[in-house]
Amino acid sequence: MRRAHGRAPLVAEGLFRAAAFACAGFVLVVMAGLFVVLLYRSRLSIDRFGWGFLWSAAWDPVRDNFGAASSIFGTVASTVIAMVIAVPLSLVIALFLVEVAPPRLARPVSYGIELLAGIPSIIYGMWGLFVLAPLMATNVQPAMQKVFGKLPLFAGPPMGIGILTAGLVLALMVLPFITAVVRDVFALVPPVMKEAGYGLGATTWEVTRKVTVGYGMKGIVGGVFLGLGRAIGETMAVTFVIGNDHRIAASLFASGNSIASTLANEFTEASEPVYLSALVELGLILFVVTLVIQVLAQLWLTRLARQAGSTS
Amino acid sequence: MTSTPPPDVAPPRPAVPEPAAGVQAPAAAAAKTKVSVRGLNFYYGEQQALFDNSLDVPAGSVTAIIGPSGCGKSTHIRVYNRIFELYRDQRASGEVWLDGENVLAPGVDVIELRRRVGMIFQKPTPFPLTVYENLAYGLRLHYRVKGSELDDRIEQALRAAALWDEVKDKLHRSGSALSGGQQQRLCIARAIAVEPEVLLMDEPTSAIDPVATSRIEELVVQLKATYTIVIVTHNMQQAARLSDFTGFFYQGRIIEFGTTTELFTNPKQKQTEDYITGRFG
Repeated sequence: MRRAHGRAPLVAEGLFRAAAFACAGFVLVVMAGLFVVLLYRSRLSIDRFGWGFLWSAAWDPVRDNFGAASSIFGTVASTVIAMVIAVPLSLVIALFLVEVAPPRLARPVSYGIELLAGIPSIIYGMWGLFVLAPLMATNVQPAMQKVFGKLPLFAGPPMGIGILTAGLVLALMVLPFITAVVRDVFALVPPVMKEAGYGLGATTWEVTRKVTVGYGMKGIVGGVFLGLGRAIGETMAVTFVIGNDHRIAASLFASGNSIASTLANEFTEASEPVYLSALVELGLILFVVTLVIQVLAQLWLTRLARQAGSTS
Repeated sequence: MTSTPPPDVAPPRPAVPEPAAGVQAPAAAAAKTKVSVRGLNFYYGEQQALFDNSLDVPAGSVTAIIGPSGCGKSTHIRVYNRIFELYRDQRASGEVWLDGENVLAPGVDVIELRRRVGMIFQKPTPFPLTVYENLAYGLRLHYRVKGSELDDRIEQALRAAALWDEVKDKLHRSGSALSGGQQQRLCIARAIAVEPEVLLMDEPTSAIDPVATSRIEELVVQLKATYTIVIVTHNMQQAARLSDFTGFFYQGRIIEFGTTTELFTNPKQKQTEDYITGRFG
């Protein structure tokens, strides 16, 4: 039998495969390269401060004494605030889109949420600084102090900028990511499962609470992790509103700093090699933490997709 | 969620019109009728799927609905509990009388209707909860029960579904960890826990192995003493084994309805005969 094609296409096929492998491999090389460079450039700081760098709250460029604790604290605190606000809101929005809204309304709202995800973070930062922060300072924070009284969590002058405002801006930024994932997860719940709930005489809320959310729990967790990974590394928006102050304060109104905001602010001032190295080590910490969160989220979502595929 | 109390004054029982000739079960005249369908039309968007369906489902019996794929069997029973209303483009017209109440009338309490008319689906649909919680979910929707009373009612329902002995040691494990046949009996237990009057079964054994299928068939026969059962099946042997009455559907119309013996041994319509003798479908 005559073959339909000769040798040349086979060569092209081989070239294409090689090129595809090279391109895909390049991504991994970049990843590994980033890690190696970060590790190499932070060697001065690692040698000098050791593991203590992680829990030292010192940040003294004059005496070349550095620690990551205040940056880690600010990162964690602002991220926690963001997640506490964004996760429930995302769930409600996603449920609305999938279960309640008529398609004519659900579609534009869906698009709107995806557009929200595409707004550059510096715009969120500017909005946070010029609109949200003054609003927080004049209205929200005084009101909260009035309601919660002397709780240390709400102590201090209401300046507008600080950990709480950073968390709010972050919440707004991760909301579309979590909503989009959760919406897709809810849409994956087999209609017959919902029918079974309604068939027992349940209302939309009762079906949603136990059946839809129960069925989508794993996907929800995956979406939350994706949002978390994004919140932890967000730089510009946080830098604008967090206050950039190296301290650990009990008050949500106090200013602080996050790993990313410190990096954005201080590279230009880092004259000493150890100072620079300490900043790179902060970057290394952020890199590792973000990577771990993203990998966990991806693994989780892959597992979910496989399970959804096997049951349908 | 509690069930709505019955109204103080029972509404006058409306007269159910006589069905068109040829679709009334001969023996149904003697047995009490549980569900009467009159002039039921059904539409998926613009497309009409059921045409002028009328039949009487006798109480305390098993009524099988047979017919080739896509003939409207499932569509027909999905009107009885108004589950089709979950989908915006689906619409029914006509009347479905449940004990003298037209369930398609506006103002019917759909939640109470679905308590009274339970449904079992093609694929088992255990909720992502434990065995216990699967049953408790339905019970809590309609009754204010807790503690040992809840335990008792769950045990009763599981016993009635012939599942108790198999799951009594794994009540607090996931319902989806059970075998397919057990899952389907769990769904039956869940449906009967809320004390329905009618059980709709939409090809309940089509996703289940033969051994488990025969257990469910036994269960169906046991349950008909307490509940009126309407079972959709594409398995004619199953219809012949289980049911007292059979309706043959073709292209959205009820071609013939009668006692199962009569329909299978002495069909009146040519199409029925062709179908049950395997000439099409």
